[in-house]
Amino acid sequence: MTLIKTTFNRRSFIKSSALAGGGLVIGFSWLASCKPTPEQVNNMPKEWFDINGFLKIGENGMVTIMSPNPEIGQNVKTSMPMIVADELDVDWNNVLVEQAPLNTDIFQRQLAGGSQSIRASWGGLRMAGATARHMLIAAAAEAWQVPASEITTEAGMITHIASNKSAGYGEMASKAATMEVPEEVSLKEIKDFDIIGTDRRNVDGLKLVTGKPLFGIDIQEEGMMIAMIVHPPAFGMSYKSMDAESAKSMPGIKDVFPIDVYPEGMEKQWSDGGAIAKMVAVVGETTWQCMQAKKALKVEWEKSSTLENTAGHDEALAKLLNTSTKEPARSDGNVVKAFKSASQIIERTFSAPFLAHNTMEPMNFYADVTGERAILNGPIQTPEFLEKSLASRLDMPVEKIDIQMTRMGGGFGRRLYGTFGVEAAVISQKMQAPIKLVYSREDDMTQGTYRPTYKVKYKAGLDKEGNLIAWHVKGAGSNDDLIFENRFPAGAVDNYLAEKFSLETNVTTGAWRAPRSNFIAGAEQAFIDEVAEAAGKDPIEFRLELFDRAIKSPVGDPEKNDYDPKRYAGVLKLVKEKSGWDGSMKNGAARGVSAYYCHNSYVAQVLDLAEDVNPPKVDKVWCAVDCGIVINPMAAKNQIEGGIIDGIGHATYSQMTFEDGKPQQSNFDTYRLIRHKEAPKEIESFFVDNGIDPTGLGEPSLPPIIGALANALYKATGQRHYNQPFIMEKPVLG
Amino acid sequence: MANFSLKVNGKTEQVDVDPTTPMLWVLRDHLKMVGTKFGCGIAQCGACTVHLGDNAVRSCQLPVSAVGEQSITTIEGLSENGDHPVQKAWIEEDVYQCGYCQSGQIMNASAFLKKNPNPSDEEIENAMHGNICRCGTYTRIKKAIKNAASTQSA
Repeated sequence: MTLIKTTFNRRSFIKSSALAGGGLVIGFSWLASCKPTPEQVNNMPKEWFDINGFLKIGENGMVTIMSPNPEIGQNVKTSMPMIVADELDVDWNNVLVEQAPLNTDIFQRQLAGGSQSIRASWGGLRMAGATARHMLIAAAAEAWQVPASEITTEAGMITHIASNKSAGYGEMASKAATMEVPEEVSLKEIKDFDIIGTDRRNVDGLKLVTGKPLFGIDIQEEGMMIAMIVHPPAFGMSYKSMDAESAKSMPGIKDVFPIDVYPEGMEKQWSDGGAIAKMVAVVGETTWQCMQAKKALKVEWEKSSTLENTAGHDEALAKLLNTSTKEPARSDGNVVKAFKSASQIIERTFSAPFLAHNTMEPMNFYADVTGERAILNGPIQTPEFLEKSLASRLDMPVEKIDIQMTRMGGGFGRRLYGTFGVEAAVISQKMQAPIKLVYSREDDMTQGTYRPTYKVKYKAGLDKEGNLIAWHVKGAGSNDDLIFENRFPAGAVDNYLAEKFSLETNVTTGAWRAPRSNFIAGAEQAFIDEVAEAAGKDPIEFRLELFDRAIKSPVGDPEKNDYDPKRYAGVLKLVKEKSGWDGSMKNGAARGVSAYYCHNSYVAQVLDLAEDVNPPKVDKVWCAVDCGIVINPMAAKNQIEGGIIDGIGHATYSQMTFEDGKPQQSNFDTYRLIRHKEAPKEIESFFVDNGIDPTGLGEPSLPPIIGALANALYKATGQRHYNQPFIMEKPVLG
Repeated sequence: MANFSLKVNGKTEQVDVDPTTPMLWVLRDHLKMVGTKFGCGIAQCGACTVHLGDNAVRSCQLPVSAVGEQSITTIEGLSENGDHPVQKAWIEEDVYQCGYCQSGQIMNASAFLKKNPNPSDEEIENAMHGNICRCGTYTRIKKAIKNAASTQSA
């Protein structure tokens, strides 16, 4: 039995009160698991101690768990309440999950990003469930005048066997609300979990399959108008003037005007990253009318900075990789000496283009900014930051700003950057009326905040026996320096040098599912494959040798997102076993292997291409994952499958390119996304069962699959793939 | 502007709109039925799929003036209680992640299964080619379609 304290530094993570109309309410902090060290406390945001989750037990025994976290498709709305329900010892069928009522004064929401939701809230959720259970037991002990230690619970029932008494949670809920919150509570042993680790279907499933209005773009309010924007056609261009006369006179059009979304001197937040300062707003009765008016509108733009080209980005990145820095990100041993003594040197350069997020639900936001208050509602991952931006832009105290959140039709990082929320508010304020801002697909795709374009150059040295003795990596990206210097193979090779560079561009960039890892994993794992081949070794055995060495000289701190070579090797061994890998390719299918660590989870994959199919087709992917305890295997596998398909798709087909600052792709006719018949026929996932606290799965399965695909394509065709999208380098997936 | 009388989900609806207005926006903005989703506006993603008679069509490319007497079925009208075999199969296989594209996927799949109740993998892949899922739930969609096919024929 694990005992955990419900307080830290005299601040309580738990509060309780009576539910109006009878019952118990437990308020808790979703981040109570952070286990801060005394040194960290002074630097810790005070909101981390704030109560931001609620658990209600009604007199009818129904348990309601209010989730303050937005749902982007990672299934946290189902998986997180499962953790509470298990510790509470309640029947999952009696649990309702609701999006928390939206009061920014009470609910401090955490950021949905970096696959951290489950990892960060694990302890807090367990504590909440266990505390409620303890208080129900205490209430029963007092009511029945028996020792609490003799009382047991199961599936929402409280029982005292000796006196043959039992009661449902609902019957004891009101009395439990009068009990003291215990200073410490005991948590279940892993073996006693009966909800955690079982398949539970999405709590919003029926709503999703019947088309209920769940998304921001579905918002309908009385008196609401539709707004659309026209933003500059190219990066490096700015608004100059417009002729809006004919557009204004079109049916249903209420107004057309330029908006200073981000005037000079406005205090911006990081979430305003890719902001476009000035654009044009079209407001009308319906979306179609606004779309027609946009076409009739004549806007003049002027050049305000460089108009960049894809060829130029490519050249500039290549140039950076031909320079050296005096301050490497990491340097072990002496690579110069080691390369001199090497019997083989392999050097390869990999690249990848800018990518758009392309959430299926285009950016949108509802805003009602009239008089002295602002009401906003929509799909956003960072409401606190949006609130601060709005306070500055609208010159309004945050207390007057209410931001509500809807379910999101995809995120992939895009909805961390809430510029569309500011745009909606500015438009509503000008109109003095509620509006719903809706981006067209073209507005969305050409607006920026892209995954950066990257280039990386690897150089590896092998000795006569095929041992890796030197490793030099140089990476560069647009507005991003790409390299995680403390990740594999740091620690696995005596002579190691990592250098990183950032290229300043005016094409705006931001986090895109598994930032940096989404490129570097595929490049590194394809390069390792080539090095293993040069060494005359099986690619899995070659990696395992390296992990053995890293185990002897560990690098960095796994708590800080550095890697643990034992867990890394663990997933590789598991995927080897499950896929029946024997290195011989006897079964005829071309196979590739890859492994990567990011966002605190470990993933190894084997990918098989279908036999004798031209162009190649992915037949099956085996995926081994170590993300600690798996909360909801059915949902976890869904995330893994999605990441694999996403990775294969973007590496094979997708790119954003630029001519004179203008994006050359603007909709799904020119920007190719993976489709049904290009997806693997089958994906089978396996989890390492180690009882370690859970980590996230929203991102980790995506990065390595690109390496597995490149390595399998090489086996099938004899061609290595260095530049994404692979479709530009034949042959391609069919 | 012109008046149109439309048969949507078994009910007659009157709208006064520009005849070029795509059914997508008639449904979403005029009839306030938002289950049909906007994804691309150029018939490339399938999020806006509805049934025109028995055929799956992209409502973003279907002008209201072209509908005439034909009946329109949207995700809201596919079944009364969300118990169409395809909807049930979607729940059973826990298909969705963000869920945004799924009403279009379901509408396309249900029209397809009506014409081809016992499809092969390849036929499913070809039939569903026009529906993008950015979350990558394709393998589950295929499973759900097979699941629905077997329930329908059972």
